[in-house]
Parts: sequence; C-alpha cells; structure tokens
Amino acid sequence: MAYSPRNFKKASVRALKDPALQRALLNVKRGFIAKRESAKANLPEFDTLREEARAIRDHTLTHLDLYLETFERKVADSGGRVHYALNATDARDIVLRLCQEANAKRVTKGKSMVSEEIGLNAHLQASGIEVVETDLGEYIVQMRREHPSHIIAPIIHLNKETIERDFRRAHTKLPPQRRLDQTPALVAEARQIMREKFLAAEAGITGANFLIAETGSSVIVTNEGNGDLTATLPRTHIVIASIEKLVPTLEDASVLLRVLARSATGQDITTYTTFSTGPRRSSDPDGPSAYHVVLLDNGRSEMLGNEFADMLRCIRCGACLNHCPVYGAVGGHAYGSVYPGPMGAVLTPQLQGIDRARDLPYASTFCGRCEAVCPVAIPLPDMMRTWRERDFARRNPALKERLALRLWAFAAKRPRLYRVLSRTAAGMLARQAGRRGRLKHVAFLKAWTATRDLPSPQGKTFHDLYTRQQRSKRQ
Amino acid sequence: MTSPPDAQQAPYVGLFVTCLVDLFRPSVGFAAIKLLEAGGARVEVPGTQTCCGQPAYNSGDRRDAIAIARQVIETFERFDYVVAPSGSCAGILRLHYPRLLADDPDFAGRADLLAGKSFELTSFLVDVLGLTAVDTTFPGTVTYHDSCSSLRELHVRDAPRRLLSSVAGLSLVELADSEACCGFGGAFSVKYPEISAAIADTKLRDIAGTGATTVLSGDLGCLLEIAGRLARERKAIEVRHVAEVLAGMTDEPAIAGSGQGR
Repeated sequence: MAYSPRNFKKASVRALKDPALQRALLNVKRGFIAKRESAKANLPEFDTLREEARAIRDHTLTHLDLYLETFERKVADSGGRVHYALNATDARDIVLRLCQEANAKRVTKGKSMVSEEIGLNAHLQASGIEVVETDLGEYIVQMRREHPSHIIAPIIHLNKETIERDFRRAHTKLPPQRRLDQTPALVAEARQIMREKFLAAEAGITGANFLIAETGSSVIVTNEGNGDLTATLPRTHIVIASIEKLVPTLEDASVLLRVLARSATGQDITTYTTFSTGPRRSSDPDGPSAYHVVLLDNGRSEMLGNEFADMLRCIRCGACLNHCPVYGAVGGHAYGSVYPGPMGAVLTPQLQGIDRARDLPYASTFCGRCEAVCPVAIPLPDMMRTWRERDFARRNPALKERLALRLWAFAAKRPRLYRVLSRTAAGMLARQAGRRGRLKHVAFLKAWTATRDLPSPQGKTFHDLYTRQQRSKRQ
Repeated sequence: MTSPPDAQQAPYVGLFVTCLVDLFRPSVGFAAIKLLEAGGARVEVPGTQTCCGQPAYNSGDRRDAIAIARQVIETFERFDYVVAPSGSCAGILRLHYPRLLADDPDFAGRADLLAGKSFELTSFLVDVLGLTAVDTTFPGTVTYHDSCSSLRELHVRDAPRRLLSSVAGLSLVELADSEACCGFGGAFSVKYPEISAAIADTKLRDIAGTGATTVLSGDLGCLLEIAGRLARERKAIEVRHVAEVLAGMTDEPAIAGSGQGR
C-alpha cells in the first residue's frame, strides 16, 4: 500500500491487525506517558515554564522577519552562510549543490524531520551521493527502506528481534554466529559500521531543534552523540531547518530545552545538547571548514497569516503522539506522512493539501490530551476542527455523510419534528432489542454495530415521559 | 435527603437533558432531576430543547452548529443555571458557544452569559449547590471513567468521587491511566469503528484490572461505547451513568442489559 495520507483508513485497519506492531506500540503507552509524568512531577515550575515557552514561541513568530535577518547576519559574521528555500524542490537543490560544491560523494546525516519532509535522501542518492543516516533509529529505518513512524522515536514500531534480523541481512561481512539478542550488542554493531562512514564523509547534514538569532547558532539535542560526529567530522556541515525553528536568545533556548526533553522522553535534559556556530575558527582544534544553514519555508509563511499560525509554535517533542489514543492504536505509518498523530493531523493538510490529507483531521476523538500535554499549548483539537470546517466547505465529505448531517441538523432545529423522530427511533430500536437490552446489528448503524453492540434505548424518550409526568402532577 | 426547596430562594435550573439521554436512557434525566432537587434546586426541563449541536460542530458544519447554539441560548437563558448530565454537552455550552458566536452582535454577550451558568451535573451538585453526600446504597465495587470533556475541558474530577464516597456499600477502585479516552469521540465512533473499538479495548482491560463489577461515568457517549464493546465481548460488567447510582435509581437494567447471559 502506498505511503500516503489518502490511505489512512485502509492502513489503520491493517495496523490494528498487525500483532508485532501492536506489541511494539505498548512501549509508547507504557513508556513515554509515565516518564513524562514523573519528569513533570519533579519540576514544580513546569507549568510556569510551559507558559514561558509558549510566550517565547509566540513572540518569535510575531517578529520572525526580524529574527531571520539577525540570524542570517550572525551566521555570516561567524563565517557561515544562510540559504533560503521557498519549497521542498528548492531545498533539495540547494543541499545537492552544496554537496557538489564540497565535492562530497559520501554524506553522513543526523536526524531531521525536515529532511524527511522534503525527501532529501532520495534526491542526493539519485545524483550519485551516498547518504548514511547516523541516528540509530533512522539508520535502521534507512536499512529497511521505510519511513520513521514517530518524530522522535523513528523505530518505535519495531521490536528488537526484527532489528536483529535486519542487521544480519544488511551487515553480511560480520560473522554470522555473532550474538545480537541484546540491545547493547545491536548498538555496538551499528557504531562499528558507522565509524567508517563518519571518517569517510565529506559532508555532514544535520537538522536543528532550534536556531538562535543572537548568536547565529544551530542547536541539536541527541542521546547517542552521533549527531555531533555528523556535524564536526566532515569538512562541510549543512544544517537544514524550517524557518519557525528560530528563537531570539540563548536564554530563550534554555527555557525551551527544559520543556522539550521532559515532554519528549521524560528526561531532564538529553545526553547531548550541541550548539554549532559557524565553521572552525583558527583557534579551534577541529570542526568543519564550511557551515551552511538551509532555511525552509514550505508553507510556513502562509501559516503565519492563517488559522494555523499556532501550529508553528511546535517544538517537535512528540508528546501529542505519545498521548494520542489514535496514534497509540495504529502507530505512525498509517498516517502516511512524516508528521503523524495530532500535530501531523494539523500540519500534513497544510503541507500536502486538505484534499489529499482530509482523513487525518477526523482521526481524533477530540479527547484533548494532546493539547493538555503540549509544552507550548497548541490548541490541536481546535485546529483539527478548523480543517474539518474547510473540508466541509469544499463539499469533500461523501454525499451520504453530508446528507445525513444536514437531515439531522434540519430536525435538531425543529424541536417538534425532532420529538417525533426520536420517539420513533427509541421505540423501534427498543422493540427490536426486546429484553436483551442490546442490538447486534442495526441496518442504518452498521458502522457502530460492526465492532460494538448497540445498547438498546429504554423505549420511551425522556421528553415523552417527562411531559406525561408533568401532566399527571397537574391533575 | 434535604428538605424541599423554597421556591423563592431555590436556584432555578434548566435541565439540558442531552440528546443521548433523551433517546437512550431517560432514567438518567429523572435521576438528575432527583439529585438537583435534593440539592435544593428548582428544576424545569424546557420542551423545545433538542441537542447542543456537537455533531454538526465537530463535523465542520459551522453554520448549523451556530443555528443550534442560538436556539439553545434562546431556550435556556431565562434560567439561573443550565445543568447537563454530560461533561461533553456542558463543555460545548461553556467553552465553545462563546467562540462560535463571538462575531454575532445579537448573541455574543448572551453566549458568554450562558457559558458562565452552564455546568456538568456532578460538579454543579458539589461546587454550586454544596451537596456533599447522598443518602443511598449501592453495594459493590465500582470504577469511574472520567470523560475527556469533563476532565480536560471542565476540570471535573473530585465532584463525582466525593458524591460516590458517600454511597453506602460502594467501594471505588481507580482505573489505571484514568486520563485516557474510551474511544467514543462522537462521529469518530462510526467514522473509524475499528480504531474506536481498539481504543475501547484498552479501557476494557483497565476496567477489568480494577476488579470492579460496575463501571460508572458522567457521559452517556462514553457509556454507550464501553457498554457496547463489553456486550460484544460478552463481559459481565455492568455499566451505568453515575447519576443513576447517586440518585438510588438503579431499578432499570444496566446499559446494554445486565452483565449476565451475554
């Protein structure tokens, strides 16, 4: 099945029937939720920080033009260069050109959702450049020719046994009888393979969790340290990031970092938090000789002016995915987009168009947990509802659905008609249920009875009983 | 329970029955009236009410949602308070009507006023009427499912538990991951029936984990989902609206029938 938000319905049903995936998804529910909760509980000022984080993001977005200019100037001051990319094609071409100018045939790459968004790897490989993902999860995703299924935990859909099989299939030069049944052995093997790649690469590409305007720095947070090797070992360091990653100051970045790790993995801080500022200075013992930042717009500046502006506050922590019952049930791949879960249900229609991604904003019970755990308080359910409104206005929902809704609304606006209809429905269903109290099949509610019994109405509507009761009281 | 309300002093409450209670479980509406009167309120149920408009609102049909919101305001603005045996419907009145009607010069102010006096049943009983105990018995172990809108939109958590703790014979065991959704989600339940049922199954496992023989909640939507899935899985756990237990009105069979013989 093609990886596309168009296939959400089919892909989600398939995901529900995949026992290995379902086993892996238990890690999301059991792991992330509890870890975030305890990290939050250990930081009494968490809610204050959350308000501060939100204010920083809002302030930055209001003055984004100013901070972009400052950032560009500061990068230039430190000997680097900023490149603007209006869309995915531009960004891919710019990165390719930078690689070619650096005579890079071998490229290492740190984790970057923006690079997934623009399909960077395939583009570089098509021009004969070897790209190696260095984040362990992304390395495994690349080996499996898959997409990441989570924005911070790309292989949350996999089990250890699957990864062991993949390693044996891919790393054919290593002794076949080696033991790989423990996680440390898998990590060590990946490190061994990657080390050669790090030393050979002529260019390293990383993403950025934040870009700091006052210093012209890019920031990455990682737990493996491979991102640092990607940024510092090759001659050329290329950062690819979307324009909303800007924050004004180092101080601001520190506030965001405090809520980011806690919301994401439940850590107080990630193992590595790395600030890259320009290429190597003469006094530096090492570092790249060239530093480029490719800034991607790809629909963001349009969002700044529309109802989805709040979405640009997102710092990609993944808390909304971890707490989403729908994501927890079907995993990330079903969404057919690099951005799954609630944040993806808002972002993907903006990036790929509502016609293509129209199923995603409906894939929510509106339970509101995503908004409650969001470290920058993005009103995700409200924005999903706004997409539904746009979808409805485009007459996208099937005629049958629209008709049912309009008929219901017609009745809901006419209390007397509504009484007659509910009286009829309650009586009919109750008669059909008999004394069992539930219905296994209801012709006009097949979608409900497909997976659940329909509890039977008690028989009379409340309003009929109440009217009768009031009448008898008066007599 | 308490003495009959003084008609002059008693808060005048319009009961927003909700469309699901009207259609599926009138006994919840009568239980709500009994509890409100026990708390000292004078209750009336306007006959021109239908639904809060949520099905339209959450399906992107803003125009119908607005028309229904206006109708609800016209029907209920004469009361001191509007009370619904549902966090979901009360949440719509409290939080969403003011936003839906913010640009409507005739209704914006009225929507704000209605929002300020709209409440979920248990929180109204405890937080406004000051009811701290009910005089009834329900022997057995129960667990309580917080509906997402009660919990996160209205921040109702203690009120139902406080009242349940006064029910003789009842012992309450909390659910693991009690903040998790049951999978209902209104139209979501029929748009994505498989995902909805899978989410419900997680809740069913947590319910089973409590050892409770009855599961209660303050929202009939959640209860239909949980009861429907329990019945389909032939699980002998009873499902009731919390108001039925608090009012001592548990003569009617549980939702989706009794747990026996599935």
